[in-house]
Amino acid sequence: MDSQAIATSPEHTPSVEHAHPPYLRHHFETVEQQREASSFGMWLFLLTEIMFFGGMFAAYLIYRNWYYPAFVAGSHQLSIVLGTINTAVLIGSSFTMAMAVYSAETRNRKALITYLLLTITLGLVFLGIKSDEYHEKWEKHHVPGLNFSVHDFVNVNPAYPDDKPLPLDMAEKTQVYFSLYFAMTGMHALHMIIGISILIILVIKAYGGSYTDGHVSTIENFGLYWHFVDIVWIFLFPLLYLISRHQ
Amino acid sequence: MSEPTANPHHVVGPKVYLAIGGTLLLLTGATTAISFVELGVFNAVVALAIAVIKAMLVVLFFMHIRYSSKLLKLTVAAGFFTFLVLISMVMTDYISRAWGLW
Repeated sequence: MDSQAIATSPEHTPSVEHAHPPYLRHHFETVEQQREASSFGMWLFLLTEIMFFGGMFAAYLIYRNWYYPAFVAGSHQLSIVLGTINTAVLIGSSFTMAMAVYSAETRNRKALITYLLLTITLGLVFLGIKSDEYHEKWEKHHVPGLNFSVHDFVNVNPAYPDDKPLPLDMAEKTQVYFSLYFAMTGMHALHMIIGISILIILVIKAYGGSYTDGHVSTIENFGLYWHFVDIVWIFLFPLLYLISRHQ
Repeated sequence: MSEPTANPHHVVGPKVYLAIGGTLLLLTGATTAISFVELGVFNAVVALAIAVIKAMLVVLFFMHIRYSSKLLKLTVAAGFFTFLVLISMVMTDYISRAWGLW
């Protein structure tokens, strides 16, 4: 292409060249295309996350089938009340995150900061309740590898008096249940900790006026991440807490 | 250069978010309540069915897929489909082995 053509091309005259928002990168034609590309990239990342958690879900399904009585006895040590409260807290945080995206889209800086802070608070409440559950596991010697005793499983569980005590070899296998419990909820909690860390940065930048200037991709994509973490918990809750209640 | 397949950006409002958030809380209460009813093997089926409905609500509305372009809809569908294929193949392998017979 000869340089004169570039110089005379109407789309390269300075006035037109800068007739786009400052956040539109030059390799995109339109803001909408840029937005589509970034959402697409975020979703591809989330698909890798589905596969990552999916491996643990597959392990859980197979080992539950394999050591069924141990998984039932392990599950009966969890608090359904705390699990339900935590599910509600996380759904609440997804709602506030969705409202944060809405606030960014409607360019409402105050509301954006408020909803981001609410999301952080609800995330911390979730982690607080989770750590209380972990602490209880430690006190009851239900942490495989570090602090484990079969005592609760070779004796009758007072919360489930109809349960028969497990034979010693099956009682040992409750460690498989608790290993998967800690791996899955621990990885989920790690995602929440990473999410809260990013949220703190987002709040600081939102104070400076970011995300309410029409460029909402960052908030939107973080919202996708936060909702994904919520979805992982939506499946962890029934699998770990609920489905073994009557078995 | 072809146009992106997306419609002009759709802003999802507080009414939709409130309705979906409320439905998710109701379903959470329902799944916990149902877990106290003895249904045999269907306890797991019902709990997982409710979890799938909740996840779909989150994906469609909180994550805006209901209002997104065909590219994004297909991306999400392909991801979940691939996940189901992988889980099915793992389970097929598992149930077709003579566990305990060797």
